[in-house]
Amino acid sequence: MNVAAAFFYLFAFVLVASAFMVISSRNPVQSVLFLILAFVNAAGLFILIGAEFLALILVVVYVGAVAVLFLFVVMMLDVDFVELRQGFLQYLPVGLVVGLIFLAELVLVVGAWVTGPGVASAVASAPPSAGDVGNVQAIGRVLYTDYIYFFQAAGFVLLVAMIGAIVLTLRHKVNVKRQNISAQVARTAKTAMDVVKVRPGQGL
Amino acid sequence: MNWQDTLIQVLIILGQSLALLVALLIFIAFILLADRKIWAAVQLRRGPNVVGPFGLLQSFADLLKFVLKEPTIPAGANKAIFLLAPLVTCVLALAAWAVVPIAKGWVIADLNVGVLYIFAISSLGVYGIIMGGWASNSKYPFLASLRSAAQMVSYEVSIGFVIITVLMCAGSLNLTQIVEAQNGRFGFLNWYVLPLLPMFVIFFISALAETNRPPFDLVEAESELVAGFMTEYGSTPYLLFMLGEYVAIVTMCAMATILFLGGWLSPLPFAPFTWVPGLVWFVIKVCFMFFLFAMAKAMVPRYRYDQLMRLGWKVFLPISLVAVVVVASVLHFTGTAPR
Repeated sequence: MNVAAAFFYLFAFVLVASAFMVISSRNPVQSVLFLILAFVNAAGLFILIGAEFLALILVVVYVGAVAVLFLFVVMMLDVDFVELRQGFLQYLPVGLVVGLIFLAELVLVVGAWVTGPGVASAVASAPPSAGDVGNVQAIGRVLYTDYIYFFQAAGFVLLVAMIGAIVLTLRHKVNVKRQNISAQVARTAKTAMDVVKVRPGQGL
Repeated sequence: MNWQDTLIQVLIILGQSLALLVALLIFIAFILLADRKIWAAVQLRRGPNVVGPFGLLQSFADLLKFVLKEPTIPAGANKAIFLLAPLVTCVLALAAWAVVPIAKGWVIADLNVGVLYIFAISSLGVYGIIMGGWASNSKYPFLASLRSAAQMVSYEVSIGFVIITVLMCAGSLNLTQIVEAQNGRFGFLNWYVLPLLPMFVIFFISALAETNRPPFDLVEAESELVAGFMTEYGSTPYLLFMLGEYVAIVTMCAMATILFLGGWLSPLPFAPFTWVPGLVWFVIKVCFMFFLFAMAKAMVPRYRYDQLMRLGWKVFLPISLVAVVVVASVLHFTGTAPR
């Protein structure tokens, strides 16, 4: 057994174990932490197959951003865990039925799998040697040169979703005081101050 | 390759890592002292001046003090996560140095995606703070960890875009190749700091926010949150947090040096200056960057939290986004894009 295989089994074992802990641990914060451990181990597996760019993107996007927000939300939950546990057996049959349906669908889909024309020849053709095309360049070429329209379309869909989310949650109350930075910066002594001569005994 | 060769290779890498680690930690000890000295000088104080000549051994005295104290764990704390948090902070901060080239060829792992690696590792730094804040089971640490989660995610976005502009100019994600791309006949005029000056400024300010340095130290703002996420920590765990924080700061200085200040390259590319080893230039540049960090701490008042968020999302994000487009267009239309 060589070093790579040893690392594969290490990462794979920790990945599966932490994935199991995600669903079985009592505390949701611990679940999220195990989820992060699972992500990091998946990144390790990516590195083992030579996809270091994917591995690091996985860490940056999922661990560095998505899971932070996850943890952010879960930390603020105030759930009574004992109460949460009590319904577990009650919902088990429903969960099993859903799982079975999903499994059956997966079997149907995989059973009806047909390989597209041209795929066999593409797979059979020799891959470019790792020396002249790094995997960053390879992904860049596929995303930004070969499939640029699809990539743009995907970006556009995400942009629309983001704008939609902002529009749904944006509320402008009328009687709330807000800071207007540009107005503050634009203030000068002339517009802000007024020099008044006050005579004694008279006031303003 | 038989197992003896593998073993020897592993031992060599271990030795290199250990050497770098020791050098880095000693450097951190003095940079910590420098931070306090600069801060004191700005405020017309003397700073630490008792332990050793000019107080040079102050950091080591502090180390001894922290290590010899008894760690206390609050009764309501989640013990495992409470102790894991400072370790995560410290180990992740140190792990980033695996790919930093401190001189030509002096790098432990010459990764093809070195920039991305450092970016990923520094984005994980927030976990130490969140875990520590949550596991303390106390109000102020919890508020601090919520603040830091939002703050660090916000400023990572602009740092990412700034890094992309540099990558487009250099044409590589490898840190060594990024430094090599700044090598030219004109010395420091070839560095990216001049053509990408606005990006350098944004990177510097975002790095301040990313490492929770003043004026963005809302995570540990003592006037509002006691000591932030470190409130419940003492002795060695606290030491690990502080160490992780300063290592992260020096990492950011090293990143700025490599991306914008030409890494180990000499500023003037002729005889007396090129004789100086690259490591010396690298350390000088890192110290210069750290001096800027320290001066920002001494001179700038703390931001308010909504101003911090505004600066990140409404000022830096649009500017850096536009900069990516502008730099890409300039490179494309002038034909200076690297092949």
